[in-house]
Amino acid sequence: MSENNPGGAPGGGSGGEPERRHGPLPEDSMPLGGVNAPVPVAPEATPAVDPRLIVRQEGIKGYLGEFRRRMSSGELGSLPVVLALIVIWAVFGSLNSSFLSAQNLSNLSQQIVGTGMIAIGVVFVLLLGEIDLSVGSVSGLCAAIFAVLNVTNGVNQWLALITAIVGGAVVGAIHGIFFAKVGVPAFVVTLAGNLGWNGLMLQVLGTNGTVNLSGKDIVSRLYSTIYGQQIAGYGVAAIGVLLFLFASLIDARRRQVAGVPSRPLADIVLRTVLLAIVAFLAAYTLNQYKGLPLALLIFLIFIVVLDFVLRRTAYGRQVFALGGNIEGARRAGINVSWIRISVFTICSTMAAVGGLFLAAQIQSASQTSGGGNLLMNAIAAAVIGGTSLFGGRGKTWSALLGALVIASIQSGMNIEGLSNAIQFMITGAVLLAAVVVDSLARRTQKAAGRA
Amino acid sequence: MAGETVLALRGVSKRFGAVQALTDIELEVHRGEVVALVGDNGAGKSTLVKAIAGVHQPDEGVIEWQGKAVSIHRPQDAQQLGIATVYQDLALCDNLDVVGNLFLGREIRRFTILDEVAMEKRSRQLLDTLSIRIPSVRIPVASLSGGQRQVVAIARALIGSPKVVMLDEPTAALGVEQTAQVLDLVERLREQDHGVILISHNMADVMAVADTVAVLRLGRNNGVFDKRYTNQEEIISAITGATDNAVTRRKARGQEDSQ
Repeated sequence: MSENNPGGAPGGGSGGEPERRHGPLPEDSMPLGGVNAPVPVAPEATPAVDPRLIVRQEGIKGYLGEFRRRMSSGELGSLPVVLALIVIWAVFGSLNSSFLSAQNLSNLSQQIVGTGMIAIGVVFVLLLGEIDLSVGSVSGLCAAIFAVLNVTNGVNQWLALITAIVGGAVVGAIHGIFFAKVGVPAFVVTLAGNLGWNGLMLQVLGTNGTVNLSGKDIVSRLYSTIYGQQIAGYGVAAIGVLLFLFASLIDARRRQVAGVPSRPLADIVLRTVLLAIVAFLAAYTLNQYKGLPLALLIFLIFIVVLDFVLRRTAYGRQVFALGGNIEGARRAGINVSWIRISVFTICSTMAAVGGLFLAAQIQSASQTSGGGNLLMNAIAAAVIGGTSLFGGRGKTWSALLGALVIASIQSGMNIEGLSNAIQFMITGAVLLAAVVVDSLARRTQKAAGRA
Repeated sequence: MAGETVLALRGVSKRFGAVQALTDIELEVHRGEVVALVGDNGAGKSTLVKAIAGVHQPDEGVIEWQGKAVSIHRPQDAQQLGIATVYQDLALCDNLDVVGNLFLGREIRRFTILDEVAMEKRSRQLLDTLSIRIPSVRIPVASLSGGQRQVVAIARALIGSPKVVMLDEPTAALGVEQTAQVLDLVERLREQDHGVILISHNMADVMAVADTVAVLRLGRNNGVFDKRYTNQEEIISAITGATDNAVTRRKARGQEDSQ
């Protein structure tokens, strides 16, 4: 890697005069030895700051410069998916005004929860650079466990809920042990799991095949409860924005005290305002219809908590490290097997949670639960949302954005009355486009020395 | 100049199947001393480093740490004693930033939450004391040059305040300026009273910074030289195990020609 110029800005040479390059070096310099081609040697004394460093300017201009630099070096982040979402909403909104109605958007916000929960787990596995192909079957299995325990056998609903989720965790741990300890590729373990757990689900459901939920059990209520008071939606939005603002301010304060670079106040205000606009717009839209769905709130809490785990705890750091360089992580003393097993456990646990929400959505656990294109939708949601298939890059928020894109396409096409055939083809094209964006971004990052 | 003995190997041997990789190796590292470990390919340098780092366990012999015999079963054991190793392939995580890499595996936490501010502060202090210049401690390691990655890897080894630092071919893939940077860094480690084991194929590097040169040949000690009283040819002949080598032949031929 000979790229000395991180941002790729022009004229960032290290100051060596060309004619000095091949000339003899002063007596007191280091012996040259036989290594490598000559590199220009900076003749001047060492300055305190690396002269090649691209310093970000203050203010709006600095923002734009930084933004342009990031884009050109392939650090796209969530931008492609946000743009895609705007385009999709604009297209379907212009085709049929009912698409952007409060009712449709509110329903969307509930429908994304099941797939989105599963996609959060997929994000974890993708961060390791692995894949879990069993999430669909596992979600169906856990929904079946809950339904059979609670409805057929009359077990306490909380006990049934916990059993279903623990069941998901156990399944994930089994995948993880086969992958991390035995060394079977994750692809094969989870593909076998996909088939095997689907079989177990059919076994659990028994001859009847379909178990209808009562509609009054805890899972149904978690899904269908909607807080109708205006204050609920706005209150949650306000709490979210204030928490973000306080966290940013406290962090900036601590950084100033410690004397390390901190975010300028204008930056924090701008981010808070942007977040507030999105949050209150969403709350307003939800309040226009029935109110804030509990399922959406739980989904957001899961995203925020797990995002915190990934970015601010040692465990999350280790997950990212494993996605970046397994050997490096191992030498740094990280217990690679444990991280792998735990990540697969998290993934299947989230699949169980998602499966319960999906069961509540259709009010039953049936032989088709967790089948169809659920698996592909969950993985597609994570990838479309901006989590890299190549490991080491991603966030839990991609589950929300990706699930929103997929659900929006399906909802829009349903409103337009397009057939499943067309829906599948378009969803497939969007998934391909997302992976193409990921691959191109990665290539650009490599060229710009960022991958 | 060199202080007390920190690390000593006494009669260390290691077999891999039918291969006797190390036989009765003796080695001493003192505080504030740079010991260069040299030898031809297959001489056992890397095996010796791995034995000290806890990757392999020696079959026979004793590793003494500050005068006491210790057993090093895992890399973590070596780290806890205060032996840090920088491997040739660096093992940095490209997707993490410099701070993340420096503290990987020993993050500073406040109530189980990462203390990014404290880590960033310490990173800056550490890089400053080593006079390491990198654009920012918050950019991913992927965007650093080869020399910058090498100094980050060495800096990472110093996070745990080790007493002995082992560098496996730190300059092998570097250009002239970057090599100079790394060699400067090795000298700074010595000034800060670390013991340094430097593995290198490059005799110029070795002669520039080492205090002591330990030569391995076919898994055995083949001489320990004090740099002040030796020269490159003597070391090379110890490495190749022959007084009859390219250097001496050329010299002899030159003398013949001049006669």
